[in-house]
Amino acid sequence: MSPQTFDAVVVGAGPAGSAAALEIARAGRSVALIERGPFPGAKNMFGGVVYGRILDTLVPGWWEQAPVQRWVTRRATMVMTPTQALTIDYRTDSWSRPPYNGATVYRADFDPWLAGLAQDAGAELICSTTVTGLIREASGRVRGVRTDRPDGEITAQVVLACDGVNSFLAKEAGLYPHADPGHFTLGVKEVLALPREEIDTRFGLSGLEGADFEIMGCTGDIPGGGFLYTNLDTLSVGVVLRLTGLTKSGRRPEEVIAGMKSHPVIAPLVAGAELKEYSGHLIPEGGYDAMPQLSGDGILVAGDAAALTLAAGIWLEGVNFAIGSGAAAGATAADALAKGDTGPAALSAYRRRLEGNFVLADHRKLRRAPDFILSERVQHRYPAMVCGLVEDLYTVTNPQPKPGGLRAARRQMRKAGVTLWDLARDGWTAWRTFG
Amino acid sequence: MSALSQVGFEDRMATVEFRVAPDAHIVVDGDQCRGCTTRECVTACPAHLFVPTADGGILFNYEECFECGTCYMVCNRAGAISWRYPEGGCGVVFRRG
Repeated sequence: MSPQTFDAVVVGAGPAGSAAALEIARAGRSVALIERGPFPGAKNMFGGVVYGRILDTLVPGWWEQAPVQRWVTRRATMVMTPTQALTIDYRTDSWSRPPYNGATVYRADFDPWLAGLAQDAGAELICSTTVTGLIREASGRVRGVRTDRPDGEITAQVVLACDGVNSFLAKEAGLYPHADPGHFTLGVKEVLALPREEIDTRFGLSGLEGADFEIMGCTGDIPGGGFLYTNLDTLSVGVVLRLTGLTKSGRRPEEVIAGMKSHPVIAPLVAGAELKEYSGHLIPEGGYDAMPQLSGDGILVAGDAAALTLAAGIWLEGVNFAIGSGAAAGATAADALAKGDTGPAALSAYRRRLEGNFVLADHRKLRRAPDFILSERVQHRYPAMVCGLVEDLYTVTNPQPKPGGLRAARRQMRKAGVTLWDLARDGWTAWRTFG
Repeated sequence: MSALSQVGFEDRMATVEFRVAPDAHIVVDGDQCRGCTTRECVTACPAHLFVPTADGGILFNYEECFECGTCYMVCNRAGAISWRYPEGGCGVVFRRG
């Protein structure tokens, strides 16, 4: 039997792949969207929030149809030590109505919805099919993929590798020669059931309002962070751990979650909740300087496969970058197909598209963020220093006179092992990174 | 198990759906593991699939794998862990990921 032939083949029906297939199908091209899970989203997990602005042009009015758990109206950033916590807690009405800001979702709902839009536009979704390798010409040019189905070769003018964080296809194509474990984190999550009214009461929510807590200083000696998101009748609670720190610590991932859940500010929020699902996934957090090559001869790479997740302190985003890069890859492929040239020069237009929008602009601007956020001082010393300073200022010391801010700051810097020189250079890095 | 974890590990894994493939998608080279003293895979694997044996080897179970890739990423020995995706339609099925 001769192989099936499409104009384009997209590997992976996550947000990147489905956005890519959607753009290619809308351009009137034949496209296969191959998914190894029994349905899109089956292999995927994330913390829990999708930021929808990227969908506004792709799927106008998306909020009327997207399978959302809750709309985030409250965002809190917590800095903690084992016995202290300082929280910046923000709430706004404007995120509770269209066009909204962030939404909590389950990937087993969200990913099939997006893949369904690609199908409606004409893409052929093929589930339960694992791609086992690339079909290449003698020149190295990519001409399709092999799958684990009988007669499972699919040929195409262009292959879009949206095959996730481990991207065996980008590696096979030679676009990702050195994936350094120091640039990856492990995310582990517990989905915990509570009655909807109980979640509303504990988090001060009503209707479809949702809360998003991001937590620093809750992972002990392992560089990383924690999160707590509200779904309709569950909480998503988990931690993100730098692989190299995790192995050095000798602690198990679920123990780190348990440690965070037992913290005095977190424990009452999760008390009595029943575990519904435990999950884990790798996250490519290396940022701009650790990305693979984004295109080659007959191949484009998007989403996690291209290491396009933003882990920059208050910004923890991935699905929007997957959709943004996938749509750009799809549009580039459609243009190249229209011109009859899917060679490396034509496909290099993809990177220029990404440089011209938020996908690479945000990554370039925040390129120093991953190392800075995961540095020892930001992870441990500054949380201890800041919590100690706030405690000093809030503690009434009668009959001793009040210490004064500067003296308290100096005392807490000494206790936390922070020097003026540390503050100066980290302040400079923070300014260059976030300013 | 740590005293901090409220749910036993078996109960924890019982919350996850697995459609077990007939063939193992991860193969561990026991000879390489016997010489390994660091054993990163044992503590880092979120599904706790790697268990040290009395003779210094590693006992490995592919059936309840999240397919995350942590094990081969943290392994110090090239070729000790051969990793691919399971057969299409098989493996982990997250419902609330």
